[in-house]
Amino acid sequence: MLTVTGLCKTFPGVRALSDVDFTARAGEVHALVGENGAGKSTLIKVLTGVYQPDAGELAYDGSPVRFATPLAAQQAGISTIYQEVNLVPLMSVARNLFLGREPRGRLGLIDFRRMHREARETLRGLGVEVDVRRPLRELGVGTQQMVALARAVAVDARVVVMDEPTSSLEPREVRTLFGVIRTLRDRGIAVVYVSHRMDELYEICDAVTVLRDGRVVHTGQLAGLERLKLVSLMLGREVGEVRAEGLTKFSGTHDAAAQPVLEATGLTVRHQLAGVSLSLRPGEVVGLGGLLGSGRSETAKAVAGALPLDDGGVVVAGVPVRPGSTAAAIRAGISLLPEDRKSEGIVPGLSVRENIALAALPGLSRFGLVDDARIDRIVDTFMKRLRIKAAGPHQKVGELSGGNQQKVLLARWLALHPKVLLLDEPTRGIDVGAKAEVQALVDELADDGLAVLLISSDPEELIEGSDRVIVLKDGAVVRELTGDEVTEDGLLRAIAAEPGRPAEPTRLAPPAATPTAAPASPPAAGPAETSAGDSDG
Amino acid sequence: MTTGTEETVVRAETAAVSGDDPPGARRSERLSAVAQQHGALVTLAVVVVAASLGFDTFLTGDNLENMALSSAFLAVVALGMTFVIVTGGIDLSVGSLFALGGVLAAWGSQYGTVVALLLPLVVCGLVGLVNGLLIARSGLAPFIVTLASMLGARGVLLALTDEGSRTYLVDKGSFFADLGQGAPLGIGVPVWITVALFVLGAVVLRRTRFGQYVYAVGGNEDAAALMGAPVARTKVGVYTLSGVCAGLAGALNAAWLVSGVTILGSGMELEAISAVVIGGSLLTGGFGYLSGTLVGVALLKVIQNVINQIGSLDSAYQQVVSGAFLAVVVIAQTWLGRRQRVL
Repeated sequence: MLTVTGLCKTFPGVRALSDVDFTARAGEVHALVGENGAGKSTLIKVLTGVYQPDAGELAYDGSPVRFATPLAAQQAGISTIYQEVNLVPLMSVARNLFLGREPRGRLGLIDFRRMHREARETLRGLGVEVDVRRPLRELGVGTQQMVALARAVAVDARVVVMDEPTSSLEPREVRTLFGVIRTLRDRGIAVVYVSHRMDELYEICDAVTVLRDGRVVHTGQLAGLERLKLVSLMLGREVGEVRAEGLTKFSGTHDAAAQPVLEATGLTVRHQLAGVSLSLRPGEVVGLGGLLGSGRSETAKAVAGALPLDDGGVVVAGVPVRPGSTAAAIRAGISLLPEDRKSEGIVPGLSVRENIALAALPGLSRFGLVDDARIDRIVDTFMKRLRIKAAGPHQKVGELSGGNQQKVLLARWLALHPKVLLLDEPTRGIDVGAKAEVQALVDELADDGLAVLLISSDPEELIEGSDRVIVLKDGAVVRELTGDEVTEDGLLRAIAAEPGRPAEPTRLAPPAATPTAAPASPPAAGPAETSAGDSDG
Repeated sequence: MTTGTEETVVRAETAAVSGDDPPGARRSERLSAVAQQHGALVTLAVVVVAASLGFDTFLTGDNLENMALSSAFLAVVALGMTFVIVTGGIDLSVGSLFALGGVLAAWGSQYGTVVALLLPLVVCGLVGLVNGLLIARSGLAPFIVTLASMLGARGVLLALTDEGSRTYLVDKGSFFADLGQGAPLGIGVPVWITVALFVLGAVVLRRTRFGQYVYAVGGNEDAAALMGAPVARTKVGVYTLSGVCAGLAGALNAAWLVSGVTILGSGMELEAISAVVIGGSLLTGGFGYLSGTLVGVALLKVIQNVINQIGSLDSAYQQVVSGAFLAVVVIAQTWLGRRQRVL
């Protein structure tokens, strides 16, 4: 139905897609998977006319096509459902469904009676009963998603592209959605389905294409493909691959103190986290593993007070932290180095000095006046200690390399003397040399007695950098790897594990039994874990 | 639903999909929506009742007609403004265009009624068109673009009238003057025209595809574009409409006053915006009704009238009252909006 061959797309500095072949067939649900930056969204945007390819052919129904705008693609019969519902919340369901193609009666005026009737019928066909005159925003996200789907289908779509449609749906809404997808498939519509949720892929998809670093690394039927194999294709690691020595700059394990400095229990955020518990001890690096969308960044944000919690809490050094407040978390000694340093971290127009001093300013001023000499001293210390390469403290941060920007951010948080450091993808997008330096720094910081939580989608970095690895899936802890289990192999197996089955054939030591472990891990240490144990027996 | 038969399960599932909130929560949400839509109407009723009890002169034919006439011009400007605000935009140029329209009409009336009417409509419509093109095609902020044309139109006006020292008069016996002065069935022509325009406008806003696009663009511009709505064309349309409305209001005003008065219209853009917002339209776009705007205009004018009736109060206070009222409405809107979104 829709075929691309030899597709290339380059953005300044990045080759987003190179020589990609992809075919969506009529009556087939085709999964498109890959980690962050693999090129999925770029491919989708080329398919739907948002981007123009640099090279390669796009063929629709056997004849070459070129979609100049999303509208052109839509008119040709390619509809897209985005992760976020892209409808108008203040307008009624029927108006949303029919925008731009309202049935009109005499004088060209809209025939509302017919529109409401047809809207009701269309939605009923998808198993949704709603008052179509109500504003869309009064409906739940799942129902809104269903309306978006109905709209996509109603415009006589022959290809429907779904970009993580389930990311904000309740389980029962997912079931309804899957019913609809099956109906579409049976009607001979080609569905392209993007998701990170393994279980969903295996439930609904017929074929799969795996992208990694802008290339297709695998394409074929999903049924015969093992989960473990799929995960290793996505991450680019072979199962059982020998652990390469000395590739990262992490040293061995650290001597962790006995008492945890941070304990988080049952962190729950609707649609994102389902009862995540973890504890960090001074002097250890704990890795947070899992695929994209498993709740890694959300966990870090929840701990740092950047996400409002529905349930659960964080205790630092025995004192509960007021939830949902970053200020309270910072005061308690929790610092988060966010994933997206450009939008959430550095201020590129300010100097190195100002960027470092930003968070620490309140503590550095007296009577509202900033103590310049003290700032100079602190900035100087950190620039030396973190080996920040800049022309001087007054150079603009925007002019530094990615690695040095990251170090400036690190310095900003270290200036607050945190007890706990949460690092979300600290080495993403920085060159190899700087990567090694940041990794070495993380090591040093842990040796100095900081508790570090490390998030990384690079399995190697995660394994070599961490003393323990907590594996997340669908917003819950599925496994904790300790001691000898901290291997890439163990990580891949834990990620690929099917629900309700043990992660590995042999049951290993319980999660709390780390070499130095004194603290019993909290009772809610991970619901999936207990279920895994149960079904083993 | 005690037994778990296949059928009940299915029904439970669809019910779960359709009914998301507990009924109580939904009722209070509905109430907020009603309050948002009709709050101004209730207030208007209260003020009118209080005023007619308090002042014998309030509910007299003369006074009512006076209010209706003076409301008419603001109402026509606010009509165009409603379209603009529903798209999430703002038009600051209407006050200047109102004055410019008046002067152009008065000047044009010497060449006949057709010129007197068409000239302001075309010129002000063109200014609106340019506003729309700049906003839609170049992505400039409506505030800045219309601020610029507000200053520009004011400048043109001053040039036309020798810095305001020259006043063009309308011939009292002409048909054009009748448009402002005539009163079939005891109600002034401008009021008739205004009512007709509001009926027409409401049909366009609620019952045509263009109207749907207006709501869609204001409700979620990105989504509207993805759904294939002509976002740029819709924006150009509403600013042009707003310009035309301002020009027409100015022309009618000139016919009523039988002269083009240059000092009118300053601050009118803010009055129109207040009326639209008091009428329940969201400044953030995507929600609003012309009926609400009409109520908003009436409310502003009634308050003005009441303050005038209280002889002891300085008429300057009416702006204080209008301002306070606007603040209350905006606060109430934010509060209601938040309630509806949270639930």
